[in-house]
Amino acid sequence: MDISVNSATDIVSIQNLSFSRGDRKIFNNISLSIPRGKITAIMGPSGTGKTTLLKLIGGQIHPDQGSVIVDNHNVHKLKRTDLYTLRKRMGMLFQSGALLTDINVFDNVALPLREHTRLSDSMIRSLVLIKLQAVGLRGARDLMPNELSGGMARRVALARAIALDPMMIMYDEPFTGQDPISLGTIVELINDLNSALGLSSIIVSHDIEETVSIADYIYILSEGKIAGQGTPEQIKNLDSAWVQQFMNGDADGPVPFHYPADDYLKDLFES
Amino acid sequence: MTQFFQRLGHSTLSSFAKLGRGSFFLMQILKATLSVIPRPRLLINQLYSVGVLSFLIISISGLFVGMVLGLQGFYILSDFGAEETLGMMVAASLVRELGPVVAALLFAGRAGSALTAEIGLMKATEQLSGMEMMAIDPIKRIIAPRLLAGFISMPLLAALFSAIGVLGGHMVGVGLLGVDDGSYWSQMQAGIDFQDDIINGIIKSIIFGFAVSWIALFEGYDAIPTSEGVSRATTRTVVNSAFTILGLDFILTALMFGDI
Repeated sequence: MDISVNSATDIVSIQNLSFSRGDRKIFNNISLSIPRGKITAIMGPSGTGKTTLLKLIGGQIHPDQGSVIVDNHNVHKLKRTDLYTLRKRMGMLFQSGALLTDINVFDNVALPLREHTRLSDSMIRSLVLIKLQAVGLRGARDLMPNELSGGMARRVALARAIALDPMMIMYDEPFTGQDPISLGTIVELINDLNSALGLSSIIVSHDIEETVSIADYIYILSEGKIAGQGTPEQIKNLDSAWVQQFMNGDADGPVPFHYPADDYLKDLFES
Repeated sequence: MTQFFQRLGHSTLSSFAKLGRGSFFLMQILKATLSVIPRPRLLINQLYSVGVLSFLIISISGLFVGMVLGLQGFYILSDFGAEETLGMMVAASLVRELGPVVAALLFAGRAGSALTAEIGLMKATEQLSGMEMMAIDPIKRIIAPRLLAGFISMPLLAALFSAIGVLGGHMVGVGLLGVDDGSYWSQMQAGIDFQDDIINGIIKSIIFGFAVSWIALFEGYDAIPTSEGVSRATTRTVVNSAFTILGLDFILTALMFGDI
């Protein structure tokens, strides 16, 4: 499978990527591309290395083989300063939010602005309030991260991720562990931000329903390979027992319910 | 038997690898220290949490150590009728050895463990990773100010420890046991050399402060990001710091005072 780089339409293009941790191959020669201005979802069961893929795109870890091209830059060939310049244009929303716990909401959102720009304090204040307003938390600016609910923390982290007006945002499991209301809020926010700011979004998730509702294109990963890809419609009709089991959440199927074990009866009567 | 050698080889290799990671980490911090200058606020905050918050434990311990020295010194010296030199004995033991060493051990327990736990938890909650993705170097913003703070606070805390210890010795020796006030101070003044005793003591505490902060920060940064990993790293900080302080103290004492 060889995908040619099309930098006009693709913001991220991954070619022949292999990565292993210890003896386990997390990715085995996969190639995929993330189009500009769209919401692309990467799905798969827990432990298939979805978060690892985001870290590879962000240049936090190095692949064994293959390349990751982000906006025409080969991430793992960049010098450290160039990589940092590129990262200013990539936002990432961590599962935990990853807010700094010793400063309040306002300072958390202001952090990238203070570190990377020379804007005046009043300008930074306005920008932070605009970003917080966008996620509906302007009134929570003086709270400390430990006073926020999980959903609010994720929204603050989202405000921080868009503080520098990035070209793309990577969402790591944005829907996990949210109550229905904050779930709805996050789904809507991702959708709105993508269209309003002209962002490109990558969502890593295993929450089928929410992801299918907003994604333009879906990749399904399994055991280091791409098990299926397509628009949500195409995926639903995909002729693969494994993908269908995953999408429908069936307990038994190509992925067995039982962890491999000896014969049950034999095991019971052994002693 | 082969298993034993296998394990021996494995642990030797991994401890060398760790030493390498630690040295690389230190180099990165040293390169980053200049970047603290434009952000004095970060350093001041750390000086507060690493230094000022250690004040109380250092002062109280210094007082008791000084009082014990006063007692023990008095009983030994009075056997020789030399209790007048108590001031010098208390001050010399504090400034040369006990001040830097005990203050550093306390510092490792109080501030070092806190640093490791803080950095380890920041790693476990993805705060460090999050900063990297925001193109903010955690070494510059988080680690370097903390190393500098430890480096600056340690000699000050050791000096405080010695000063309060001298007062403690005075309380017991002069106040309780009746050593002459004038000779307590004048013997001290005559017997303590600025270059030999005080400067050497300060050099020791600077080196200890540097070593403890480095160990604490590295253990936190290198911790396995789980609750168990952080708790182990915190223990390792205190244990390794204690060994390092005592080992370094012997080497430094031999270089400074011995004719080896």
